[in-house]
Amino acid sequence: MTTPAEMPIHGNSDIVLIRQRVRTAAVEVGLSLVDQTKVVTAASELARNALVYAGGGQVRIEVVHNGVRRGLRLAFSDDGPGIPDLDQALTDGWTTGGGLGLGLSGSRRLMDEFELKSAPGEGTLVTVTKWAR
Amino acid sequence: MDRVPVLKLGDILIVSIQIDLQDQSVLALQEDLANKVVETGARGVIIDITAVEIVDSFIGRMLATIAAISRMLDAETVVVGMRPAVAITLVELGLSLGGVRTALNLEKGVALLNHIDGSEIATATR
Repeated sequence: MTTPAEMPIHGNSDIVLIRQRVRTAAVEVGLSLVDQTKVVTAASELARNALVYAGGGQVRIEVVHNGVRRGLRLAFSDDGPGIPDLDQALTDGWTTGGGLGLGLSGSRRLMDEFELKSAPGEGTLVTVTKWAR
Repeated sequence: MDRVPVLKLGDILIVSIQIDLQDQSVLALQEDLANKVVETGARGVIIDITAVEIVDSFIGRMLATIAAISRMLDAETVVVGMRPAVAITLVELGLSLGGVRTALNLEKGVALLNHIDGSEIATATR
């Protein structure tokens, strides 16, 4: 797979395609089976968030390097309403979408690096990274 | 949309998820199973996730919901065949599936259901 790759998030079938693409990239980067599973699960959560809360968006899948270490970075962006209170949004169980409220907080636990940028009216950007061990 | 087939074996319904689940397929499976439980009078439901590579919060909630619906309809649900990486990821995600019974494989799932059934009958006739 050549990276960076951009994929749209417009419907439920895109979530399945993103999971498959992220899995392929995670294998290529050399992540362990458990880490592959964590990254694919986080990707599924974040892609669904973009769909449910912003009506869609896109993800950028990128192989990154830190010295000799390789990692997989995923950036989910949308032009939705944005998140007014970031701390609240990162609290386990907090949801405005009828879900379990684990998407953001759970994804943060599953990944090595997690960055959330959002403001009301300015969309949301979630960037997560997993490094190969 | 792909539909997941529901198989009947005695008074147990067996569902083996072999596809990468789309959200609509998950919702359809809930309805199909609820209808099939009533239609067949099944006492147990086994959901085999041996082939499932990831369980995110949506699929996890589906498993818990199916277990709750089945219980309403007098059937117990057992999830079997969870991969180790999936279990590790689910716990870290924050989803421990408290209300869902699990067994390591299909054989143990069937044994568990027979055991539950047997002990309930024993209690009822006491």
